[in-house]
Amino acid sequence: MLKQIEGSHAVAEAVGLCRPEVICAYPISPQTHIVEGLGEMVKSGAIKRCEFINVESEFAAMSVAIGASAAGARAYTATASQGLLYMAEALFNASGLGLPIVMTVANRAIGAPINIWNDHTDAMSQRDCGWIQLFAENNQEALDLHIQAFRLAEKLSLPVMVCMDGFILTHAFERVDVPTQEQVDAYLPPFVPRQVLDPGEPVSIGAMVGPEAFMEVRYLAHAKQMQALELIPGWAAEFRRAFGREAGGLVRTYRTEDADTIVIALGSVLGTVKDTVDEMRDRGAKIGVVGIACFRPWPLAAVRAALAGAKRVVVLEKSLAVGVGGIVSTNVRTTLSGRATPVYDVIAGLGGRAITRASLARVFADAIADKLELNTFLDLDRSVVDRVLAREREVRRSGPIAENVLKEVGVVAARIG
Amino acid sequence: MFQIRIHGRGGQGVVTAAEMLSIAAFREGRFAQAFPSFGSERTGAPVVAFCRVDDKEIRLREPIMQPDALIIQDPTLLHQVDVFAGLVPDGYILINTTRSFDELGVGEFASGFDAAHLCTVPATELALKHVGRPVPNAALLGGFAAVSGRISLDSVAAAIRDTFSGKLAEGNVAAATEAFRHVSDEMRGGGHA
Repeated sequence: MLKQIEGSHAVAEAVGLCRPEVICAYPISPQTHIVEGLGEMVKSGAIKRCEFINVESEFAAMSVAIGASAAGARAYTATASQGLLYMAEALFNASGLGLPIVMTVANRAIGAPINIWNDHTDAMSQRDCGWIQLFAENNQEALDLHIQAFRLAEKLSLPVMVCMDGFILTHAFERVDVPTQEQVDAYLPPFVPRQVLDPGEPVSIGAMVGPEAFMEVRYLAHAKQMQALELIPGWAAEFRRAFGREAGGLVRTYRTEDADTIVIALGSVLGTVKDTVDEMRDRGAKIGVVGIACFRPWPLAAVRAALAGAKRVVVLEKSLAVGVGGIVSTNVRTTLSGRATPVYDVIAGLGGRAITRASLARVFADAIADKLELNTFLDLDRSVVDRVLAREREVRRSGPIAENVLKEVGVVAARIG
Repeated sequence: MFQIRIHGRGGQGVVTAAEMLSIAAFREGRFAQAFPSFGSERTGAPVVAFCRVDDKEIRLREPIMQPDALIIQDPTLLHQVDVFAGLVPDGYILINTTRSFDELGVGEFASGFDAAHLCTVPATELALKHVGRPVPNAALLGGFAAVSGRISLDSVAAAIRDTFSGKLAEGNVAAATEAFRHVSDEMRGGGHA
């Protein structure tokens, strides 16, 4: 059924249709509307046979999800930013134990400086914690990915993170097609756990493992993610047949046939990138887009194949590995090792800075002319940075960095973009 | 694509206005995208919300920098925020006020635009009359329907009823309806009060 609703609400409806049995809720912007919506649905009886648990922290949220999943329940939670960091230890436990929890991450920057706006730093900080990470391009895909995520998680017995851009998607009203319960039931079979804490058939879960077997257990975790790379395309195709639309998969290409220049991105910025690429195509540029739908496991072969014809690659990413540069671009460079194709890394949109068509067109044109530096910060105000650096050179007690930058920038409350 | 930018203050229902406008457009079979500009979530602080309407899927996620229409929920913003930034030459301006563009000190600026696209509506007064609270958002959507002709009053009313229920919904529908009539009369009068 077509509805014009908020992204968070669409996700809550999707999770509800997946018949969750335990939902652990702890509020943090920009995720809160999702668990609020689910709380209302559990209370009204729209979601049946489900325990909605208000926990005291994100650490508790993930810990309760671990317990619930180990007891054989379909478990769900959602978080963002510092909340994801606070559950970091439990994240590794969930994946290490092979528990198929599904979690929404409403992507938001990490402090300090504190910032509630969108970027991908939170999800990227946990990229190696053993969870599958899927990125949604729009609210329809966010909804659809949750349905796929439960199936994927439970088939593989691995936890899945569905990443959607905080505010840009979570708080946007747009058209979504909400499937029927029958459709979701046909796609998502009941949860049959590989391991379950059952007093009738007692087992322990979470043994201490010494050097004699630790390597093998970790290798199996890796092998399982590699297995996901084989299975995800088929399940996305099955989803398309059942629901009549594209969602998920490993990578999705857009106008890449004959493209000399290919832009790689994840999440909602793909929409703006595609519009920019259309305009540049109209002016004759041979440019295309590869959207990464599945970031972990990293779809190396699929990315390599998608970039086969590219003379240059621009990786646009909303995260920064301080001291390195891009994170996605590092993966792309590994993928293209052995080839001479330049990989331009463009860091953009940190802490919610708007990513505009005008700025993208400029940076893509520079890439086409091979005038771009290998590492670029889109719309960085270099003069502000230089003034702060100059002050640090002149004065030992130069003061707090964030406050100094704010002073340099001046009043911004009235700014529109 | 038609792009609307709404300026107001925290507590005036700016974000809800954009959401209701998107619902109204959706009900007319169009694609619509509404989203807020976040930041200072404080009562009284300047707030901006955006709504795009198109006949095809909307992929663009940048803020609206060249609006086709501006709805200004609080005229005290006129000299505080660059509310007119990027407005297209034949754009629409709807201001919540009992005063004229000249009295607000923007007459000279407004003279560069099509007079038929400029309107004022006493939305706060209409909200107080019909809803009992000074929240002008629904009334302004009624006014917007009249000045722009881009959306029907019926769709605005349906979107209000989707968002609110009971007396609150009906009060807001009444405020929007009277605002629609007010702006329609103003336009027939040929001036912008």
